[in-house]
Amino acid sequence: MKYDVIIIGAGGAGLVSAIKAKESGAKVLVLTKEYATRSQTSMAQGGINAALGNTQEDSIQSHITNTLKSSHGLASKDAVKYLCENAPEAVQWLDNIGVVFSRNKDSKIAQRKLGGASSPRACYAQDYTGLKILHTLYDKCLSLDIEIKNEKYLLELLTKEENNSKFITGLKILDKRDSKIEIYETKSVILATGGYSRIYFTHSTNSVSTTGDGLAVALRAGARLSDMEFVQFHPTALKNSAILISESARGAGGYILNSKGERFINELAPRDEVARAIDDEINKGEHIFLDIRHLGEKFINEELPQERKLAKLYENVDPVFDLLPIKPVAHYTMGGIEVNEKSQTNINGLYAAGECANHKVHGANRLGGNSLLELVVFGKQAGENAAKYAQEFTNNTFIDIDTNSDYLFKEDKHGTSFYEYQKIIGDIFYKNVAIKRNHKDLNFALKEILKIKKELPFMGIKDKSKVYNTNLIEFLEFKNMLLISELVLLSAIKRDESRGAHYRSDAPNENKAYNKHSLINKESEISYED
Amino acid sequence: MKISIQRENLEYFEANVKDITLLEFLNTIKITVDNTLSFSSGCRSGICGSCSVRVNSKEVLACSYKIQDEDKVEPLKNSQVIRDLVVNMDKAYSFNYVAKAWQSKDSKNVRLSQENEKINEVQSNCIMCMACYSACPVYSVNEEFIGPFSLTRVWRYLSDKREENSTQKINTIQTNGLWDCTLCNECTLVCPQDISSKADIEKLRTRSIIFGFNNPNIINFATSFDGSPNF
Repeated sequence: MKYDVIIIGAGGAGLVSAIKAKESGAKVLVLTKEYATRSQTSMAQGGINAALGNTQEDSIQSHITNTLKSSHGLASKDAVKYLCENAPEAVQWLDNIGVVFSRNKDSKIAQRKLGGASSPRACYAQDYTGLKILHTLYDKCLSLDIEIKNEKYLLELLTKEENNSKFITGLKILDKRDSKIEIYETKSVILATGGYSRIYFTHSTNSVSTTGDGLAVALRAGARLSDMEFVQFHPTALKNSAILISESARGAGGYILNSKGERFINELAPRDEVARAIDDEINKGEHIFLDIRHLGEKFINEELPQERKLAKLYENVDPVFDLLPIKPVAHYTMGGIEVNEKSQTNINGLYAAGECANHKVHGANRLGGNSLLELVVFGKQAGENAAKYAQEFTNNTFIDIDTNSDYLFKEDKHGTSFYEYQKIIGDIFYKNVAIKRNHKDLNFALKEILKIKKELPFMGIKDKSKVYNTNLIEFLEFKNMLLISELVLLSAIKRDESRGAHYRSDAPNENKAYNKHSLINKESEISYED
Repeated sequence: MKISIQRENLEYFEANVKDITLLEFLNTIKITVDNTLSFSSGCRSGICGSCSVRVNSKEVLACSYKIQDEDKVEPLKNSQVIRDLVVNMDKAYSFNYVAKAWQSKDSKNVRLSQENEKINEVQSNCIMCMACYSACPVYSVNEEFIGPFSLTRVWRYLSDKREENSTQKINTIQTNGLWDCTLCNECTLVCPQDISSKADIEKLRTRSIIFGFNNPNIINFATSFDGSPNF
């Protein structure tokens, strides 16, 4: 076989796992549908949590307690303990490979407070934390001679079944530049493809690439997805563009105000609570603003330079002098590919890390600063375990499948283009599957999604070129998102209670019977497991 | 608003819009007028570096540029155009590898002060959008030039207290590197992150001279001044 470990996705989780697999002696390849350094990780602003106590006393136990509290009983205690205990080492490692973290006066990594944290725990680099981490990881990959191929789109995972056990044999990839299908033989695969917030279309802070490809592909191959109903809404996105304004603005003392200039919520409560409070105000007809004027120009320029730039450019507002209009939008998806304590799925040789995976550390609501952390801690775990699996794997399989890509070029025979449906799905989700949900709205949304699904056979693409066909790629992404949308709805309808980010106005309390993870398989069957 | 886009031919597109970014305009055209229009984008917020193009011959991020009537949009220069506004950036990306733009080895217990950190703060904001690469005139004479963003990245690591092997960093960029730059400053003018590669290259030159290297352009000039062959 050609490769030991192939990693799909070149965001933080993908690059960390590539580094760790390579350092474990594996022959590694990274494939990305964009270029390395373009990923969602670059957009993370606030910071990465580790109980270093550099600014104020802190403890790993507090980090664990805060994370578990925010998860509303849905996180795994063991996984959270593992995450928080490994956090100081993870940040130390990033520092060792050259990440330019902000420093405090004692020459220690600077830390700031984010929502739901009992101490300033998020290590940051101004409000460019994700960008600086991602680029340093990329540089580290180059130093290790890790092979990265750009603009490769994952079509399917190739597996084989022997003695009732399924294992990875390779990958079916579409080269975006010439639309040729390529087959890669590999002993193991790590999916690090990011979340699925783009199902909310423009009502999301996320990159246009966050289309849940890895989840859809994994499901089709036989992996299971879990906790799909849990979607985090970030309280402070710019009102017109849905572009993220970091929680660090509130961590530094920013206020959330309504049209009357009143504060109505503890700004540093966990994101689900803040988003709900804002949603209530909006439903009363209020407009909502973020106020950081009192922090002063000097502080804003030093600690929040990107926020100021974004606000000026996309909202025509300078937050040094004016109130910033905001709204909550979809930001992070807690649900993901079901993995065990080795980051492995139910398919041998298939691993997942980062937002596309569900390591059960966020539960029903993620804490700010824990996602950059998860991609380092579990990226490492996935990389090392995949490398180990590959070393022990002896089966030699030969892949022989058709590589003609003509079948993908389905002509559009529908009056309405899939782009229009994408917008419709986004709008339906933002209205009915968002911060506050109820049985009726969810069922309405499901009915609409199923209608669109029925139309899918008639949908296709207008662009027939084999050269860099974005129309084709976007159609493939649309199909993945349509699949994911249905799973989110099925899971949300079935969870007849409120927990963290999944708030049901028709069942506003937590119900112990649902203190379990939802799992969904290829047949769309839902089950619940501890 | 009427905008022209350089595809195989220059094509004109019109939409009744105002105060929107070029990326929003491109998306509108793609979805409503012509599904075949090809361009790249990602974060929509100026941080992923995917959507750089040229407008009226100047490099911009499509997501951060507000369009004006009669703007002319073209793909980046110095890279092979794959289709419409999409260029192949593999070669550009490879210069970070050629330049060994990384920290030589993992550091141990090196403490950085606020002053240490500030040295690299701006340089480490690079988003690799390739605007500087496209704007750099050196590529018309030397395709192997380790260009502005890669040299900035070398400076970013070299000037970092955690880098232990300055010699290797300096040695690597002597050929096709910092002496090929003409200090024209085009890179600085187009950088969306306010990085001045020109300034970083000047700092690298000073450092190189301290390390005993000379500007080969000056030597060539001196030794061949009388017309004798330059061995």
